[in-house]
Amino acid sequence: MASTIVGPAAGVALDLPRSAGRVTFAGALRSEFTKIRSVRSTYWALLAMFVVVVGFGALASWGAASHGPHGPYFDPTQQSLAGLYIGQLIIGVLGVLVISSEYSTGMIRTTLMTNPHRGMMIAAKGVVFTVVALVTSLITSFTAFFLGQALMSSHHMSTTIGSPNVLRAVIGGALFLTACGVLAFGLGLLIRHSAGGIGAMVGLLFVVTILINFLPQGWQDHVDKWIPALAGGQVWMAVAQPPGSTPMFGPWPSFAVLCGYAAIAVAAAVILFRRRDA
Amino acid sequence: MIEAEGLSKRYGDTLAVDNLTFSVAPGKITGFLGPNGAGKTTTMRLILGLDRPTAGRVTIDGKTFDHADQPMRRVGALLDAKAVHGGRSAYNHLLCLAQSNNLPRRRVDEVLGLVGLDEVARKRSKGFSLGMGQRLGIAAALLGDPQILMFDEPVNGLDPEGILWIRNLMKALAAEGRTVFVSSHLMSEMENTADHLLVIGRGKLIANCTIEEFIATNSQQTVRVRTPQPDLLAKLVTTAGAGVREAGDGSIVITGLDPDQVGDLAYDNQVRLHELSPVHASLEQAFMELTAGSVQFHAGVPEQPALAGEVA
Repeated sequence: MASTIVGPAAGVALDLPRSAGRVTFAGALRSEFTKIRSVRSTYWALLAMFVVVVGFGALASWGAASHGPHGPYFDPTQQSLAGLYIGQLIIGVLGVLVISSEYSTGMIRTTLMTNPHRGMMIAAKGVVFTVVALVTSLITSFTAFFLGQALMSSHHMSTTIGSPNVLRAVIGGALFLTACGVLAFGLGLLIRHSAGGIGAMVGLLFVVTILINFLPQGWQDHVDKWIPALAGGQVWMAVAQPPGSTPMFGPWPSFAVLCGYAAIAVAAAVILFRRRDA
Repeated sequence: MIEAEGLSKRYGDTLAVDNLTFSVAPGKITGFLGPNGAGKTTTMRLILGLDRPTAGRVTIDGKTFDHADQPMRRVGALLDAKAVHGGRSAYNHLLCLAQSNNLPRRRVDEVLGLVGLDEVARKRSKGFSLGMGQRLGIAAALLGDPQILMFDEPVNGLDPEGILWIRNLMKALAAEGRTVFVSSHLMSEMENTADHLLVIGRGKLIANCTIEEFIATNSQQTVRVRTPQPDLLAKLVTTAGAGVREAGDGSIVITGLDPDQVGDLAYDNQVRLHELSPVHASLEQAFMELTAGSVQFHAGVPEQPALAGEVA
């Protein structure tokens, strides 16, 4: 680098008219896509999600098949998507990291020094993350479904994508993952700290879901339908629950409950993000 | 043109920036000088809209920075060279910044060449040395060919080659008519680069003048004398209206007379001199005296508490 000691300013000038070089939403989207594709954690998280959801679904499907016939309420679609229970946490980790890593590394300051339009910047980041999460989730969900059905078909327990509610459930699985990711993104932006954000995400999606089982059944009947992960789980079921189960909203209204949590987290986070010192 | 009016920032109980009013003119290097914790970084963060002022406002060419349509063409700043995601390559780091402002991709290669990082452009920046990190930060600041450049303590931790490089860069940028606003806690650094000085201490503006004015006002010439008859000379000097003090090493220091006058005075009165030498108070000394009352963290000297001064 010794050669750069002299004459550093030669070439500083940018060969563009002074009017060029404006911030736009399209530019912000390109910028955020470059960010998400240029760090390894994105690939590791998405690969981990795919492997775990598909692998766990295959294991569950194989297990179900090897234990023989099941009753009328057996849901082969849900069985093949069982890995979503863990997948939600992995996409959640990525959702938190996408924003919290900007804070932990200090990159957020560089980002805002080059694009001080905070609303535009955070919207672009949210859109890019959501699209990446949705595409990966769709691939993951469909792969898990078809692999699971293939493993169960020899025991005539499988279903087909054309059967009632099945396509909705498989797409719903991908939407469920994406919504969990967006919820986590909101928590990450709210808490601005990787460990804290991941903790809050696991608490809300997982711990609450477990603790709710310790409530008296009468309470559960009223509360379960409002629990984010339980509500979100309805959209990837293709077979109705047996009578006497804890009452839930229908698949889409339940999914709307999960989206409501995500919307609240994101809205609160964005309002604070625009006000707080970076 | 950066203009601050009554700019203040409070963090909890601490008033980090206290009612600053100043402007930074184009075509010059303006040094922003103050001891550690004086509020230099906070002021820069306020200029860039990273923090919101508690009171007052600061504008760039008449607009607050969060309303800039062309932020990177307007201002290039290096506040903290570590403010990058270490897992991202230098190239991708610069690319994502360029894209947000719709700057062409080739510009990334240009600035990488300019700062001499082209060979490590594809390496993840977490492996970079301090100097390389600083160069990456400067590359980011230069991406938009900005009219205003802001550097916060740019030479901290750099080797002599790096320091020289940054100095020359700043001079060249100012010579092209750009506004260069650079902070430092070292007067000696400013002496070599700045045209104009803003001095702050504890968030308050202490001085706002050209570097020549600062030198003229603050570098008092003194004369060091060694003599076997210090008491006699001191008396003569005092009678002549000058100041005198003991330096502690057996010599005395005279202020208010030049060396010729001191020599003549001694000769006329047959005082024997063993040494007569002019001493220029360094600007560093002047700066320390100027900000002495406003240093936030005095270093305590355990065995000689008297030297620690008044603890803030």
